[in-house]
Amino acid sequence: MPKEKEVQSLSEVTVRFAGDSGDGMQLTGSQFSDTTALMGNDLSTLPDYPAEIRAPIGTVYGVSGFQLHFSSTDIHTPGDRPDVLVAMNPAAVKKNLSELKPGATIIVNTDAFDRKNLQLAKYETNPLEDDSYEGFEVFPVPIASLTAKALEGSSLSPKEVSRCKNFFALGLMYWLFDRPLDQTLNWIQRKFSKTPEFVDANTKALTAGYNYGENTEIFNTRYSIEPAKLPKGTYRSISGNEATALGFLAASVKSGLPLFLGSYPITPATEILQYLSNYKNFGVKTVQAEDEIAGITSAIGASFAGNLAITTTSGPGLALKTEAIGLALMTELPLVIIDVQRGGPSTGLPTKTEQADLLQAIYGRNGEAPVAVLAASTPSDCFTMAMEASKLAIKYMSPVILLTDGYLANGSEPWKIPHVNELPEIPVKFRTEKEGFAPYLRDENLSRPWAKPGTPGLEHRIGGLEKANISGTVSYDPDNHDLMINLRAQKVKNMVNDIPDLTVDGDMEGELLVLGWGGTLGAIKEAVIKARQAGYNVSQAHLKYLNPLPKNTEYVLKGFKNVLLPEINLGQLAKILRSEFLIPIKQLNIMRGLPFRVSDIEDKIKEILGGKNND
Amino acid sequence: MTDKIEVKDLKITAKDFATDQDVRWCPGCGDYSILAQVQRSFPDLVGIKKENIVWISGIGCSSRFPYYMNTYGFHGIHGRAPAIATGVKVSHPELSVWVAAGDGDLLSIGGNHFIHTCRRNVDLKILLFNNRIYGLTKGQYSPTSEKGKITKTSPYGSVDYPFNPISLALGSGATFVARSLDRDTKHLQEMIKRAAAHKGTAFVEIFQNCSIFNDGAFDILTDKKTKDDNVLVLEHGKPMIFGVNKNKGIVMDGAKPKAVEIGNGKFRIEDVIVHDEFDESPVLATLLSNLTEDPTMPTPIGVFRQITKPTYDGEVEAQVNSVTNKKGKGDLEKVLFAGNTWQVN
Repeated sequence: MPKEKEVQSLSEVTVRFAGDSGDGMQLTGSQFSDTTALMGNDLSTLPDYPAEIRAPIGTVYGVSGFQLHFSSTDIHTPGDRPDVLVAMNPAAVKKNLSELKPGATIIVNTDAFDRKNLQLAKYETNPLEDDSYEGFEVFPVPIASLTAKALEGSSLSPKEVSRCKNFFALGLMYWLFDRPLDQTLNWIQRKFSKTPEFVDANTKALTAGYNYGENTEIFNTRYSIEPAKLPKGTYRSISGNEATALGFLAASVKSGLPLFLGSYPITPATEILQYLSNYKNFGVKTVQAEDEIAGITSAIGASFAGNLAITTTSGPGLALKTEAIGLALMTELPLVIIDVQRGGPSTGLPTKTEQADLLQAIYGRNGEAPVAVLAASTPSDCFTMAMEASKLAIKYMSPVILLTDGYLANGSEPWKIPHVNELPEIPVKFRTEKEGFAPYLRDENLSRPWAKPGTPGLEHRIGGLEKANISGTVSYDPDNHDLMINLRAQKVKNMVNDIPDLTVDGDMEGELLVLGWGGTLGAIKEAVIKARQAGYNVSQAHLKYLNPLPKNTEYVLKGFKNVLLPEINLGQLAKILRSEFLIPIKQLNIMRGLPFRVSDIEDKIKEILGGKNND
Repeated sequence: MTDKIEVKDLKITAKDFATDQDVRWCPGCGDYSILAQVQRSFPDLVGIKKENIVWISGIGCSSRFPYYMNTYGFHGIHGRAPAIATGVKVSHPELSVWVAAGDGDLLSIGGNHFIHTCRRNVDLKILLFNNRIYGLTKGQYSPTSEKGKITKTSPYGSVDYPFNPISLALGSGATFVARSLDRDTKHLQEMIKRAAAHKGTAFVEIFQNCSIFNDGAFDILTDKKTKDDNVLVLEHGKPMIFGVNKNKGIVMDGAKPKAVEIGNGKFRIEDVIVHDEFDESPVLATLLSNLTEDPTMPTPIGVFRQITKPTYDGEVEAQVNSVTNKKGKGDLEKVLFAGNTWQVN
């Protein structure tokens, strides 16, 4: 009889699963996340994987990781440093050791600590046998051989058996953190419904991992994390890319316009195209174009024809779409361009996150070509901002750029699902009246009429050449050009009336405001909470509208002696705010292809405020 | 009461397709003729309402075309007309979507969009205004200029080999491939009407004279004195005969077509190959397309090949309908609340 294990209650834990790219770590992590979400914990995830699909096995650069932070309280980030590392091979430990919390738990697959794998990971001696992992609590578990043992007599090949070991590891983690197996067991049933032998093998591996935890002498303690107290409602776990796709689907339903997506696959934006290609019964049409330019120009064609037209991409693709964004602006057609930002420049770090496309989004076109730029702040906020971007594009007959990033796109969090009747309406006016029609007439918002082909009597021509205001004929008139440049700029400025004011968490004036934009919200929020707990008086605000900026931006910023702006770039928003408002901005810029660590921001807050806490 | 009812002719005429804009091509430009033939043919298009016609273009002299057509029109950016047009057609399949493009626009900067449009068989009508020169930028060699051509950017002769647009369209899978001449107004009108009636990517290469930078490039094919001996008019089911005296024909010499004299005792009319526009195999059309490259052979005009296969826009629409029939019209509430959800009370 194994002795009764002690159960220790924790308020929060950060776990990282790490192994070869082919070890199924992303799957293991997302299964653990889904189960954890279903248990009612608040959570935030960070998948972190190499750009290579199956990088050379056993190498440090081939390590794929999935980090998740879950708790019984409200949390905002995937966690700075893991408390627990599950490592499928020596390379996985090597890559992650320096990131772990002091004293962290490491569960290692000892079967992979053979000569070959040690060499591949560039270990000269076996780190399990010397003091390499000193300061950590290492639990050696022969995961591969235990999995093989559990699957003895199975019809699977040895290679297939070996591929089940991630489920053994997952089962063990379920035991360690007191999670039920049902959700994953159901998933296995669904996923492998056509291959019963895989259902059987993965079920056995998962259960064996769980039972191993229960029976082995190695683990004496298991942990429990109570459900978080989230607002009432129905929840699901959602990633930024899925939320973006659903946001545009919702915008299509709420506007009554068919959705058209022209897109070329690019990491980390591809999933949006994948998700939307499923919703044909909503009338959604997706064109997987021959290139990025065809992606956006087909969307411009669809917009001309009267659709809610969007195009999805990442930084390099946004660069290619530059000229076409100018065309959409010149022809004054609604269009949403989604840039899921990744590490740049050039090909950069395709699977990592960054915020360095802001200036490209705001300014990166020939001529005076202002467009609205919005940025989502959390994975689920991508849903809201997709609807917002659609609404502005349609109302102002104008292209709108929506920025998300690799971290938001792949990360997930619990989402309180809104009911359809709670979502904002998106009014659309198509011109059908012949009398008095001209293609560049202006309404009260300075928007021109949307007259779609097929409407009798409204035949008209638009294009990239400068047009005479109102009549829309080609015009080289100097004064008209000056007027049109100003009109197009004013249209974007007018959007300020549709966007919410900047809200401040904390005092409206004081020593320090920590300002952010986009995907850094979680880390900034948590850093501010921690600084307050340490006795500092800090206010916090977050911009989701970058062009135009909310009406009260200048007023808010000028209420503080110091404004700290952490950005995952060299200070792009800081540059804009300085030139716009002539105020000093303190920067914090760390570009590691990863979200900010809370501690990075917390340290900076303390550095700025020095001894000025209330203690 | 009178038994005489006044009958007003409501038929649309060529004039209805003209806009109030002054046409601004150079005097003598072949584009004028193409515009005129389009405006003359369009009233005869069967079952196509004027408000359902859309002209899309890129950049170049020919790309001003939409401004002169009183239909819906979109003057796009360089090379992208087929992609813009694809978006229009796929999202709004009832429209009749036309592309006007030059050789630089369609085959150089827009080459990628062109081949992929043909590959997908998007139901677009593409008119290539091929003058073998860059006109709007004032005379540089184009992707259809002959090798050795002396232009402003090739003062010692161009070292580029040209594209054969017909071969390119055939090789990319276009389902209707034809050629005509700006000055052969009747033939051009016929080709425009045939393209309009085709369901799928219809490509018409029009040899167009640029009177300023490449004047006379096609004179041999349009001059009364030379055209009969140098143009082979392709007609379905008819032997390929040409020449002032209709005494020359195309015969096969092994796998190679050869121009020969008929009735001199060596070749008879029965030896001359008969054109088959609807051949499922692209072999004949491909052989004919290569005659253009051969100075000893006549240049074919007419329909090289026309085949039927489902269009891209049709398939997209069919998929939307079949999935909707199968799953029922999408319910957003259901999609939002799908998957693993949990309650917080």
